[in-house]
Amino acid sequence: MNILISHIAVPTLTTLALMFASTQKQVRTIAAGGMTIQLIQSLVLLYLFLQERAGGNDAAVLFTQSFAWYPSLGISFDIGVDGIAVAMILLTSIVIFTGIFASWEVDKLYKEFFISLIVLATGVYGFFVSLDLFVLFLFFELAVIPMYLLIGIWGSGPKEYAAMKLTLMLMGGSALLVVGILGVYFTSDIEGVRTFNILVLGQHHIPVEMQRIFFPMLFIGFGVIGALFPFHTWSPDGHSSAPTAVSMLHAGVLMKLGGYGCLKVAIFLLPEAAHEMSWIFLVLTGISVIYGALATVVQTDLKYINAYSSVSHCGLVLFAILMLNKTAYTGAVLQMISHGLMTALFFALIGMLYSRTKTRIITEMGGLMKVLPFLSVCYVIGGLASLGLPGLSGFVAEMTIFVGAFEHEDLFHRVATIIAVSSIVVTAVYILRVVGLLLMGPVRNETYHNFPKAKWFEKIATVSLIIGILVIGLTPLWLSDMIRESLGMIVDKLVLK
Amino acid sequence: MEFHYTIWIVTLPFLAFLINGLGSGKLPGKISGWVATIAIGISTFLSYQTAFQYFSSPSRDKIIAFKTTWLRFNDTLQIDMGVLLDPISVMMLVVITTVSLMVFIYSQGYMKNESGYDRYYAFLSLFSFSMLGLVVATNLFQMYMFWELVGVSSYLLIGFYYDKPSAVAASKKAFIVTRFADLGFLIGILMVSFYTGTFDFEILTNPEGLTFSAAASFMGLSTITWALLLIFMGGAGKSAMFPLHIWLPDAMEGPTPVSALIHAATMVVAGVFLVARLFPLYSVFAPSALEVVAFIGAFTTLFAAIIACTQFDIKRVLAFSTMSQIGYMMLALGVSGYGGEEGLGYTASLFHLFTHAFFKALLFLGAGAIIHAVHSNDIREMGGLRKHQPITHILFLIACLAIAGIPPFAGFFSKDEIIAATFVNHPIYFGIAVLVAGLTAFYMFRLYFIVFWGKEKTYENTPHEASTIMLLPMIVLAVGSMFAGFIPFGHYVSSDGQSLALHINWPVAITSVVIALVGITMAWKFYKTESDSSEKVARAFGNSYKSASNKFYIDEIYILITKGIIFQMISKPLAWFDRNVIDAFMNLLAATTNWVSSQIKEFQSGQVQKYAFIFISGVLIIVLSFIYANQ
Repeated sequence: MNILISHIAVPTLTTLALMFASTQKQVRTIAAGGMTIQLIQSLVLLYLFLQERAGGNDAAVLFTQSFAWYPSLGISFDIGVDGIAVAMILLTSIVIFTGIFASWEVDKLYKEFFISLIVLATGVYGFFVSLDLFVLFLFFELAVIPMYLLIGIWGSGPKEYAAMKLTLMLMGGSALLVVGILGVYFTSDIEGVRTFNILVLGQHHIPVEMQRIFFPMLFIGFGVIGALFPFHTWSPDGHSSAPTAVSMLHAGVLMKLGGYGCLKVAIFLLPEAAHEMSWIFLVLTGISVIYGALATVVQTDLKYINAYSSVSHCGLVLFAILMLNKTAYTGAVLQMISHGLMTALFFALIGMLYSRTKTRIITEMGGLMKVLPFLSVCYVIGGLASLGLPGLSGFVAEMTIFVGAFEHEDLFHRVATIIAVSSIVVTAVYILRVVGLLLMGPVRNETYHNFPKAKWFEKIATVSLIIGILVIGLTPLWLSDMIRESLGMIVDKLVLK
Repeated sequence: MEFHYTIWIVTLPFLAFLINGLGSGKLPGKISGWVATIAIGISTFLSYQTAFQYFSSPSRDKIIAFKTTWLRFNDTLQIDMGVLLDPISVMMLVVITTVSLMVFIYSQGYMKNESGYDRYYAFLSLFSFSMLGLVVATNLFQMYMFWELVGVSSYLLIGFYYDKPSAVAASKKAFIVTRFADLGFLIGILMVSFYTGTFDFEILTNPEGLTFSAAASFMGLSTITWALLLIFMGGAGKSAMFPLHIWLPDAMEGPTPVSALIHAATMVVAGVFLVARLFPLYSVFAPSALEVVAFIGAFTTLFAAIIACTQFDIKRVLAFSTMSQIGYMMLALGVSGYGGEEGLGYTASLFHLFTHAFFKALLFLGAGAIIHAVHSNDIREMGGLRKHQPITHILFLIACLAIAGIPPFAGFFSKDEIIAATFVNHPIYFGIAVLVAGLTAFYMFRLYFIVFWGKEKTYENTPHEASTIMLLPMIVLAVGSMFAGFIPFGHYVSSDGQSLALHINWPVAITSVVIALVGITMAWKFYKTESDSSEKVARAFGNSYKSASNKFYIDEIYILITKGIIFQMISKPLAWFDRNVIDAFMNLLAATTNWVSSQIKEFQSGQVQKYAFIFISGVLIIVLSFIYANQ
């Protein structure tokens, strides 16, 4: 069987199996088993992909397969992956794998919880393997809808409000996407054949005046889920109300659908408009980067801190994409992966700390390093990755973005880069503030000494994510080369105009 | 010549870090200390081997001992990891490994009873690894990476006593201030790479082979000048140059051996090393940037020396002294030219870096031995210690004589060259350099007389001499402080690779020694016996004394900027704006939708009569309007 189809099949089968599970133990075993298989096959996919590339196969996408769905409308189930998609799939597998372990102790409607979680992940996998815009959009919606239930039912705080807000804002983005996708579909008509296939569409030229209409729609549509300023406000509320694994998956993977879509749909299909309009969005994303970072500095709720810092870090992804060159694109994808891993780590740790301290307000905690050394060290590692310490993934991603962005021939773009670079100082400020208040200092409360030490499933979750951060941080060459090689198609189209 | 083994100089401490870090809490007894010490010991041996091999050949070319691609940005720009050997990097290898080894050994005594012993050695090894990686970097980006790692190890070690709020605050401050400086460094790197298309030192430091595409200018200075100024900003942050020095005095919260290694001998001179590394660029393409280096160096050296005279915390005196001495080195680099006799400042600067490492590390380790015995940092609580700690006393005296520039100790030779370099055509800098030489002698002997002479204080426990394992490294460093000056340094390190004969400039030497002796005499007069003459002087200077002892209120400005401006005036309003304007707008959209739908939902009431009424009225209106329109 095609390895991409099995990437959709395994979570689907896991979901089906979960329906027949009854005890909590069975549910956990099935979910963990299914996602372990998924992680292994994603590693196999990576291996096979690299083998193919090393063997000289330089097709744009590999492992393709096509099933006609509505031939008359040009809709077909086309799948295939390039290096970017492989990297994103691997990220998804790591995050969902660790997410299962991070939600090991969910006991309210546990069966339904794991089913929704895995359905959500299925949507993400489908999104990354799709080559057909219609199918891609279908999977996109499949990933967004379970979020509503997951936050609304298993969330905390004002969960109904947060769930509604998040879903409605993302739906607003989806509405723009529908129009944008249909616009691309109808304007790229050549010789009477209509198609949703991205690769075929990419070979056609869309009239520039049409591009000008549809580029903003697609970019904002994807940008909403990528936390583009000023459409980012679902993020703090949504993340703070969501249960641990949902925050992990949402910030770790779903927000990346935005960047991925902007790059592989909006920019790829509408390059001229991208050239013309990049400066507008560059201003918005530049604001995201700095504004998100500055707003983080004063937050006191751990989840708000992470949500706002995600606005800043994901802003950097879109910022890099708008620089329209290969190095910056590579950096954008690296940043998506790096941010995915470290934000998942943060949310996992926040959940673990919350289960002990019963609060997420940093000023009410202190001295956790002494009582919870393992989790605290993990938090520090995550923090150091987030502030871009060399040897961890954040550095690789940010530096690639900055170097790429600074290559731009326009002075405007280079000045914007310098402004974005200054976010590294603000990042250091808020990370060290959290580390100082939360982990260091004297132990705040005597009862802290009774906290249970890190449990085995917590260790699996955090260590897996840290391994990911370290592997990218220490040996980035293979990954960045794999991503670079896949960008040829997008960059060539930019040059041709 | 084969230099492949040099890679192990860098990697061995990293392995020690891994072993101690992963095995934290599981390693039995004192094994972590030994693992780290043996690793750095082998590195030291290899460094000496490298130095011997490198300097015994007449060529001073750059040798790439090892190089591998780490990350590729595009077809021309990439980050390599490698080992670059040239006179300054080999010299730095020797300095770093020697001081590291001494501190590692010393710490086995000093940290004996501390909890977190393995964590301490893990961080210390991480630091040595990063610092060694920094000096052997083959390109700017590798240097930047290790630069950041050095910063984080310094952060971790300053905050070693993490349950002490002052240590946490100090570590945070150190990291953020240097991070801010590194921002300049990073932007500078981006600019240099944009205009030259390379990060590589081999190309960048070869003034003949380098051209700048698009030599644009901004505000009257060429872009390359701006780029180099920004890079210097990074160096100024690490090297605690005014006004980015504020973190260094607070950094003394860390364990004292850490201060000796990081905040005296090695990390804080990274800025000097950075400027020296890029010296051909500065000298040939941006002489005006070099003037800034000289100015900042001169200002800092004087500024810090004045503050050092007023402090009562033994480690802070030494910290300000370090700042002052690094200012000296920067000043020497700034007034230096490229090549031949013109390059005297360059050689003098690195010579001083070399000798300073020995005596300043010794001073700190001596201070550690004193603090260990007295359980206080405050020199007002010390006095008459020469009876209790005779060996420490002698060693400390040697270091004081060395830093004061009394012949034949090491500091005399290097300081003399610096003053001679300013003597040629910078009369003001010469004046400052001589004045600071006097101040240095004064504040060091102020410290010495108060601590070792003065009146016997009542101690809780009678102070004891340091243990052998602490004294041994100090003795080694004292030997270095006594004899390092006799090395024909110019023969090995010079701006253009040609041997430069250093000779003592007698008029300059005599002036500086006389000034130093005056400083010592004054210190002796004021502080040898407890008298109120020092109080009188302090009172005579009045406000200026007060502002100096308050470090000229620079810290308050830092607090104002971080707390007052960034936190209160930018971040808080922004966070409010986000919640109450942007988010409120989204909520308003939702509320509007709700309101509109509640208004129009009446249309779908389900009453047939109402539908019929609306339908017929609509038809009537349309028909009437058509009739009206056709008339």
